[in-house]
Amino acid sequence: MSFRGSSVAEPAPYGAGSAPGSAIQRSARLPGEWPDGLKVFALLSPALFLIVVLFLGGFAFGFLQSLGLLSFVGDGSLSFSAYLRMFEDPAVRASLPLTFRISIISTVLSAILAVASALLIRSTKRGQKFLVTIFQLNIPIPHIVGALAMMLLLQQSGYFSRIAFALGLVSSPAEFIPLVADEFGVGIIAHYMWKEVPFIGVVVLAALQSGVSDYEEVARSLGASSWNRFRFIILPFIAPSVSSTSIIAFAFTFGSYEIPFLLGRPFPAALPVVAVQSYRDSDLLSRPEAMATCVAITIFISILVYLYMRIVGRYTGGVR
Amino acid sequence: MRAAIGRGVLFVGLLIPLVPLAFWSITRTWQYPALLPQEFSMRGFEDLGRPGSDLLQGLTTSSIIAVIVTFAAAATGLSAGRALGLYSFRSKRLVQFLMLAPVIVPSFAVTMGIQVLFIRVGLADTLWGVALVHMIPTVPYVTLVMGSVFANYDIAYEEQARVLGASSLSIFRRVTLPAVFPGLAVASLFAFVISWSEYILTFLVGGGTVKTMPLLLFAYIGGNDSTKAAALGIIFVIPPLLLLALTSRYLTGSKKAISGLGQL
Repeated sequence: MSFRGSSVAEPAPYGAGSAPGSAIQRSARLPGEWPDGLKVFALLSPALFLIVVLFLGGFAFGFLQSLGLLSFVGDGSLSFSAYLRMFEDPAVRASLPLTFRISIISTVLSAILAVASALLIRSTKRGQKFLVTIFQLNIPIPHIVGALAMMLLLQQSGYFSRIAFALGLVSSPAEFIPLVADEFGVGIIAHYMWKEVPFIGVVVLAALQSGVSDYEEVARSLGASSWNRFRFIILPFIAPSVSSTSIIAFAFTFGSYEIPFLLGRPFPAALPVVAVQSYRDSDLLSRPEAMATCVAITIFISILVYLYMRIVGRYTGGVR
Repeated sequence: MRAAIGRGVLFVGLLIPLVPLAFWSITRTWQYPALLPQEFSMRGFEDLGRPGSDLLQGLTTSSIIAVIVTFAAAATGLSAGRALGLYSFRSKRLVQFLMLAPVIVPSFAVTMGIQVLFIRVGLADTLWGVALVHMIPTVPYVTLVMGSVFANYDIAYEEQARVLGASSLSIFRRVTLPAVFPGLAVASLFAFVISWSEYILTFLVGGGTVKTMPLLLFAYIGGNDSTKAAALGIIFVIPPLLLLALTSRYLTGSKKAISGLGQL
């Protein structure tokens, strides 16, 4: 993964005019000016300090605790028993397929719908501004509010159930298929799609506005069909945006606690819910297991993201 | 025709979850098969507005934390983004990797681990401790957006200003800041929204004593009063929506600063 634009000549994603390129080239430093190396160090140090102490430190502390070290209970000696307990825990075993299913389905569907929506919005002539506003609207809506909205919409006495009643499809709430706290995770997936389609879509829309139409015009004048224009011009143009935002979306859905807690079942529950459950367990012996679950989540997401980037990178050359 | 149907589906799909939420917030009674509430009332909002309700405390705590986090993350990310966008240096790839890792790895997983340390140094159960962990998910987003902004930034303007005798402060205020402002505004919006909505990190570090809006809303959702929960939900979304209204023109359109998120 790397920032674009730093070393590769890319269509300028931001602003107009010429991209100045990466290394700053000039003959001499002005008097009293810091050397570049020192500048870079000073500019980076606050962010690096935070990431190293809180993020890497947090991971290291969690890892040590998962091995039975640094803990308030136990004899403080190194052991892998928390990992063994985790692998045998029925809550963890049941949660893996659920978590994986929810993340994959919601990310793939969101990405497809986001591209479709972005193209649709771009082709809209009258009322485009209005549609864009609606599209952006739920990006800043907090996930918990979205979960509450989904509950009121999808639960058995919810709005959809009332519409189904009005259409004569059901005659009582109990007849309406459970969409919240259901076994499959429909409510959770619906919520994620509602949030991720605009997120991915807005970034794709921004990519579509950066000069792709000129190439399309040329292709059109040379007789390319609309499918071919999509396949060979639009898709390569938006692929980096789609792949990086869908990585963010996938990792988010895999590691989120609030949504599966509010819209899912206590069992099987998503991995983060299981981890927090064992962390909050009154039996302090389950702390190491909670830490082991966090370590497992971290490693699992990293592997999945790595594999995804390898696959996507092979086709687009975009994400490295 | 097909496009018109598509636009209709998109419009309804985006807005329909908000319809029952809005109705519930102003409902007195709404029994099952009815499509509209039988009786409307402002009871939910009135209950929340009563003196001694948790709302005021929740709003204050959440605002303090979110404002601290937004400014701190904006400053940190602006600075790191400048380094990553403008300069090439050894171990740049490693730095980029480190900066992006928290976007991928869920923050609660590392927060659970660091909590032991927070207890030792007295940051657990405090507002500062909560604000500090909110930096984990926010700084990388700001850095990501600002990195791409600075990658397309022409530093020659700053040099000209310097040659003409401008001080570092006035270069920052009059040259750098106006040039990167759209990106900074969008990045700050993201930082604010992430901090404002954060539940699990606040819960783990704040231990229930730092009562932010998400903690309140969580409790209300668990209760039986849909009207009160919906009313709180409506109040909760107002600040992020206002900020979106202020920054919306930078999200799409000609100054689309959001492209940074498409360049992981």
